[in-house]
Parts: sequence; C-alpha cells; structure tokens
Amino acid sequence: MTTETMEAPAVAAPTATPPHPLREFWGYFSANHGAVAGLVVIVAVVLVALLADVLAPHSPYLTDTSIALKPPFWQEGGTLAYPLGTDPIGRDILSRLIYGARLSLLIGIFVVAISILVGTVLGLVAGFFRGLTEIFIMRLMDIILTLPSLLLAIVIVAVLGPGLMNAMLAVALVILPHYVRLARAAVITETSKDYVTAARVSGAGTTRLMFKEVLPNCTAPLIVQASLGISTAILDAAALGFLGLGAQPPSPEWGTMLADAREFVLRAWWVVTFPGLAILITVLAFNLLGDGLRDALDPKLKR
Amino acid sequence: MALVEIENLSVEFPTQGGIMRAVDGVSLTLEEGEVLGVVGESGSGKSVTMLALMGLIPFPGRVRADKLAFNGRDLLTISDKDRRKLTGKDVAMIFQEPTTSLNPSFTIGFQLTETLRLHEGMDRKAAERRAVELLGQVGIPSPESRLSAYPHQLSGGMNQRVMIAMAIACNPKLLIADEPTTALDVTIQAQILDLLISLQKERNMGLVMITHNMGVVADTAQRVMVMYAGQIMEERSAADLFASPQHPYTAALLAALPERSEGGRLATIPGVVPGLYDRPKGCLFSPRCAYATEHSRSVRPDLRAWAGGHIRCHYPLGDPNRNAEIQHDHPVGTEAAS
Amino acid sequence: MLRFILTRVSLIIPTFLGITLLAFFLIRLVPGDPIETLAGERGIDPARLEELRKVYGFDQPILVQYGIYLSRVLQGDLGKSMITQEPVLSEFAALFPATIELATCAIIFALLLGLPAGIIAAIKRNSIFDHGVMGISLAGYSMPIFWWGLILILLFSVQFDLTPVSGRLDVLYYIEPITGFLLIDTLLSDEPEAFWSAVEHLILPTIVLGTVPLAVIARMTRSAMLEVLGEDYIRTAKAKGLSRFRIVALHALRNALIPVVTVIGLQIGVLFTGAILTETIFSWPGVGKWLIDAIFRRDYPVLQGGALLLGVVVMSVNLLVDLAYGLINPRIRHTR
Repeated sequence: MTTETMEAPAVAAPTATPPHPLREFWGYFSANHGAVAGLVVIVAVVLVALLADVLAPHSPYLTDTSIALKPPFWQEGGTLAYPLGTDPIGRDILSRLIYGARLSLLIGIFVVAISILVGTVLGLVAGFFRGLTEIFIMRLMDIILTLPSLLLAIVIVAVLGPGLMNAMLAVALVILPHYVRLARAAVITETSKDYVTAARVSGAGTTRLMFKEVLPNCTAPLIVQASLGISTAILDAAALGFLGLGAQPPSPEWGTMLADAREFVLRAWWVVTFPGLAILITVLAFNLLGDGLRDALDPKLKR
Repeated sequence: MALVEIENLSVEFPTQGGIMRAVDGVSLTLEEGEVLGVVGESGSGKSVTMLALMGLIPFPGRVRADKLAFNGRDLLTISDKDRRKLTGKDVAMIFQEPTTSLNPSFTIGFQLTETLRLHEGMDRKAAERRAVELLGQVGIPSPESRLSAYPHQLSGGMNQRVMIAMAIACNPKLLIADEPTTALDVTIQAQILDLLISLQKERNMGLVMITHNMGVVADTAQRVMVMYAGQIMEERSAADLFASPQHPYTAALLAALPERSEGGRLATIPGVVPGLYDRPKGCLFSPRCAYATEHSRSVRPDLRAWAGGHIRCHYPLGDPNRNAEIQHDHPVGTEAAS
Repeated sequence: MLRFILTRVSLIIPTFLGITLLAFFLIRLVPGDPIETLAGERGIDPARLEELRKVYGFDQPILVQYGIYLSRVLQGDLGKSMITQEPVLSEFAALFPATIELATCAIIFALLLGLPAGIIAAIKRNSIFDHGVMGISLAGYSMPIFWWGLILILLFSVQFDLTPVSGRLDVLYYIEPITGFLLIDTLLSDEPEAFWSAVEHLILPTIVLGTVPLAVIARMTRSAMLEVLGEDYIRTAKAKGLSRFRIVALHALRNALIPVVTVIGLQIGVLFTGAILTETIFSWPGVGKWLIDAIFRRDYPVLQGGALLLGVVVMSVNLLVDLAYGLINPRIRHTR
C-alpha cells in the first residue's frame, strides 16, 4: 500500500476559458428574443421622445375644428398630412402621441427614481437598525401593499388635488414598498455574510457599510425591479389620467388623451385605439426588458 | 444472462458554454444478487450513470450507448409504457435526500400504497396491510400509526427507511441506492447500511451502492467500480481493490481514508475534478496524478482488462515495468512540485 | 393549526389600525372644514357647528379624536354622504354585490383559462404553446385595461353588435334585489329572460377585469409547476413508474398550487383596483364607480368611508387566503 501523498501537479492548460461575466450576461440576455425586442422598442421610444420637436409634423396643442375627427390616412377621408387622424378638436394624433412619449418616459423615470431613492434608504435603515424602526417601516409598507394600489393613488390624488405632479407622487408612494422590501432583504442576507462581518471587524462604520459594501450587492435586483417599476408607473399614471385625476387636458399624456376621446369611441375608432396601443407597447417593452434582465441576472435559473 | 448490461454508455447535457459530458464510455455488467459499489467524487458521473439505467435523465440530457439492457430487456428501444412497468417494480432506486425525495403534500401511507396499487394491482385495504408489513420490515416502530404521517413529521433516517420500504415494495431484482446515507447522522448511517445489506441477502436482489466514501463499500460490496470525471478508472473485486489498488486514483482515495492513515497528517488529493472548461486532453486524472508523464498528458488511456478487472491507466501500480515506462515517457509531476 | 389561525388574525390588527389612521387623517387633509366633511353637511350654522365640534371631540387632544373616530367605525358609523345624506355603510352595502359579482366572474374566468394554460405551458416547456402563453400573458399583464375595455366595446358592441355597452341589465327589466347578485336574482324572479340579459352585460366587463389576473395566474402556475417538476420527489415519482399524467396532475399540481393560491389572494387587491376602472368604463353600478363619482362630487365622507371599507375587504380576503394556504399545506396544518 502506498503511503506517499500525491505531489501537486502542474495544472494542465485549459482547453476553453469560461466567459467574462458581462459577456456571459449579454449571452443570456441576447438569447432572450423578447428582452432584446423590449430593449429595441425602449430605445426607439427614447429617441422619439428626445427628437419630438423634429419628428412631430404638427404642434400637439394646435386645434383646428375644420379638420376635427379626420380618420387615418389609409381610410377614406384621411390624408397623409395627419397620418393617424385628428382628435375631436382637430389636433394631430401622431404629434400628440410623439409628445406623449416624452411625458410617459418622464413619468416612469421620475416615479421610479423617487421610489428607489426613498425606498432604498428606508430599506437599508430597516435592515441595519432592526428593532422598532424596522417594525414601524415594514408595517407601514405592509399597509400600503394591502390596499389596492390604484385605490390608494386615487385617494391621495383626491386629497392633494388632480394633476400630473400629484399623480406621480401618488404612484411613487404606491410602488415604494417593493424597493423597501428588496433593499431590506438584501441588507439582511448580505450582513449575515462573512465579508460584512470582516468589514465590521476592521472598523467600518454603519453608514460606510450600508453604502459601500451592501448597496452594490443589491443592485441587480434593484435594476430588475426598476425596469418593472417604470412599466407600473406608466400604466398607473395613465390610469389616473384616464380617470381625470392625472395630467390635465390639453396635456398630450396618453391616458388623458384616452379620457378626452372616450365619448367618441362609437364614431371614431382611431382616437381611442392609438393612445392605448402606445401605452400597451411601451409598458410591454419595459416588462420584457425587466423579465430579460431578471433571467440574465438570476444565477438560480442558469444551468 | 447478466441482470444489467451496459456497453459504452455516455450521457451529455447541452449548456450555454458547450456540451457537458457527464458520463463518458461507461461499460458494466451486474449479475443477479450481486452487490456493486460505485465510488467517486461529486460530479464523477456515478449517479448519472444509474439515472440513465432508470431512464430518469432529465431533459435536455442525451443518453447514448451501444447496449443498455436490464434482465434481457433492451432499454434503448423500450416503449415508455413498458419502461414504466419495469421502473419501480423490477428496478427501484433510493436517493440521497430522503426528506425532499418524499412528496411533502401526501402521507407516507399514500406514497407507499401508490406503488403497490399500481404495480401489484392491490386494492386499498390489501395495499395498506402490505404497507404496514413493509414499514415493519425496514424497522419503523408502530408502523400502523405512521401511515397517516407526513414526511416532515419524521426524521431523515425514518424517511430513508420509508424510501427503502417503497423501493422494495414490489420485490425488485435490482435496487440502486444513490448515496443513501450521506445526508444522515453518522449513527444512523450504519443502521441504514445494515438494513440495506440484510434486505439484499434476504431477497437476493442486485444492489448498486453509489457513494463517495470508500469506507461505505469496504464492508458491503463484492465488486467496486471507481469513477472519475464521467469515466471508469478501475473496476475489480472489492477484496483485490482494497488489498492492492491498481489505479493511482484508487490508491489516493484509499490513502485518504482515516482508518488507513498511518500517523501524522491525513492524505489528500490535490486539485479538483475537471469541469466543463478544463477537461484535459490526455488522461483525465493526469493533472492531479503524481505519476503523470508527457505521454499520459497527451494520450487518453483506454479501459482495458487488468489483474482480474478493468483499468484506465497507462501505468497500473501493479505493473512490474511501470517505473521504466514512466522514466521513458518523461515524468512531469516531480518537476512541478519542486 | 389554532395557533396559526390566531397569529394570522392578530397580524391584521395593526394593519386595520393603520388603515383607520390613514382614513382619519385623510378627512383632516381634504380641502374644506373637517367638521362639515365628518357630518356630511355643507354650510352648517355656528350653533350646530359648536355642537358637532363636541360630538367629534374637536376640543380634545388628537389621540382622543382618533379614539372617537375608531369607536364610530367599529360601530359601523362611517358618516353620511354629502350628496344623498345616506349613511356611507348602507350605500356601500347596496352597491358592493355588483362589484363582488363582477369580481367573482372575473377571477373564475382567469382561473378557468389561466391554470390549464400555465400547467400545459410548463409541461411543454419551450414549445410554441409555451412561448405563445408567455407572450400573450405578458401582453395581458401590460394591458391598460381602461383601453382594453374601450377596444372590446368597439369590437363586440359597435362592430358586431353582440354585447351591450354598459350597465348590468337591460332597461326592459326591473328585478327586485334579493341577494344583490343579478345572476341569482334574475333566476329567482318571474322573468327568466332577464338572466340572459344579465349574462350578456357581464361578458365584456368580466373579460376586461379578468385579463390581468389571468395573465398573472398563467405565469405563476407555469413557474410554480416548473419549479415543482424539478423537485426530488418528482424524480421519486418517476422512479416509481407512475404515469406522466398522474405525476403532473397529482404529485406536481398539489404542490404547485400552494404558491398559486397565494398569488390569487394577492390578485384580489389588484382586482378591486381593476374594478374601479372597469366599472367606470362600463357604467357598472358598483363601489368602484361610486368612489370615482364621489371624488368628482367632492363627496369626501363617501371617499373616506368607501376607501376604508374596500381596504378592510381586501385585508379580510388576504387573511382568508392565508388561512386557505395553511389548509392546503400540510407542513403548516400539522404544526402546533
């Protein structure tokens, strides 16, 4: 029987190298056709929003009752000057949709930015200080989650008064709990890991720990949730606009456009069809992107 | 006719990074009533080999073989329906994690009688009587009252007994035990092994014991197969293998057993099993082998008959000419270490 | 099990207090005199105002005022509508069955389509059917349902003249409310044709309201099934030689339903959100439309009381779902 231990051998030259993490991420992401399609649509919407002044054939506010309710160009009576037709007071629908893209993106980004900012801070605080602070914050978030989201937003807007700004604040509050929970869960899992203990032992302060060590480690779920949050924000803000509680006429916000056009649904299909399609496509794109990001960033789903 | 005949079996899983070959050219026969130990580190393909025999390779895995037969039935061409009549009846399998291997939403009694009713066509009453009998045979106290228990209410050891009872319910010709004691307490491990061996003797069934622990097979198996990175490294009778291992890997595994350590520090095998990206060109064990040469690094050895068994090595330890051959082929291990 | 129930019930108490606290401050934040809002009267003369000030405890510390409010709420006194002078609770009770009827139909619609779609998609993973279900359900999940309702009206009511545009029942019929659920009341009445009218009126709102839950249920069922199908006990079931159907329909489904039930519970809140929009589009006389109307009429007692009641309803349904979760999950059922 041999008693010698085996000598450390030279490592054989590997036949292939594992891919770089970013490259691997892109590999997973690009394999998901839906996510890529979502990204393409979002880039397109962003471009449209940025170039609205150049792209829009007319002013979104210019009314002209002589051309009210013109159908899209392919229908009889339609003209290429108003490709998607006009609304009941003669505004060009395409131009309004183009400017609406600007509004919707601003709404989405603004709402999510506020929510992430406030939510992460609250979540980090709850996760780090535990005890009564945590109970208070998390109970409050539970209550927000218990109430139907739109109902809460409606109540808030009813109190603050209708308007785009108030609607955005209301929606930001409604989606807040997701970020608080995410940040808190991340803090609790991360702080139990060795590297945080190590940092703590070596004398790092709580604030430093929160922002320097833990936050970077929960960015992946936050990015995913942000993408999904933008879609919720756009959808809810449009719903408030539709109920007359969000952006007020003559703002070209897509939900508000629908509310304006509602009574004409029986006479002019195009005034309701296009704003809604714009909402659906944009929201779908953000959801596709969010799903794709989650799948690509979630190592659990990888083989 | 042998109970199990496997020739040149390979199992592959496509992954993002390429095709992962979990089992690579495994051949094996097993006689009726024989006890075979399959030993290897995690990821050596020992479980996958047996899952392939059971037909349990999950999608998108691919199984290929020159021959895969059980009790004379060709398993490569068998219909799903006929296969289901075999599995659970003539071939049964128990797994590493008894608690997650039982369905948490159903009672022990339901899961146990299910097999009996399906394969033996028993009615509920008869199946329950037999279930109580089986639970008693595997050493579960007050078996009647256990029928209505859920898996989470029993300990891991008890659940593994239930799994064994389920496996032997239809008197199988072959029982495959995949690391049956790994997840259990040390004190329970011996009990479960004793139970398996006594059941095997009583019923003269074939038993395949998959383990990463040489110690487990030492007292139980008649024959041992050592696997590494999806390939068979050595396969011989247990007595011969333990007395004089022929493959450096087997020798290293044995040297790592606490009961064989000769004072001082416990021997270890440096390095890890090759993964998808670092599969060597030559012998798969060569990066970790103390006797590796230029030749063994570049040419993969075939599985060949040797000393009453089989071996996949250029320089078997019992070969009288091996030192000369190693010198001739330029050893690399010593230089790297110095 | 009893302890499980008690814990769950006790957990909703802080939530309930939180909701009442929100409602309590809501009244103080809305434009106008809070006493007028609380009393549901406008232009009260000074003598009566002084009297009401005592009743609501406005001369007392804020905590006492909250205590007074809470005790009124617990006695079912949620104030009076400023417009109709009817108690908020009785208005809610009269309108709520219409909302429940719609919501129930929507969730049944979502379950009937969503569960099988999710299960089949999981079994036939990566098939065309799977991709189709996932694509359609993501679109459903992204759907602005207020627009979806208008489009369905455009298609089915305007284009094909198949379904009515609004309301619960044709004006030809008058049905004495017995249960408040028209599908039942029409059958109890002496005009059986009215039943078909009620069904016709329900079709589009049901589809509109059921779309988002349908999408969520289909996606959730699929992912729960996929997860369960990868579990060790499914491998055991296969090793027993069970048929594919039995493995999926019994061993996998029973476990996959546990998270799905939770999701359905969470969908109840989403459902009431959707009901507000759906009822507005279809002029469905339920609590959602009532609340929106209250905002535009500045009927704040209705808004306060109605929001509180809806919140309590959602909270109670969530509790029931939680308890149901305990019932189907033996790991919880058998812990004492």
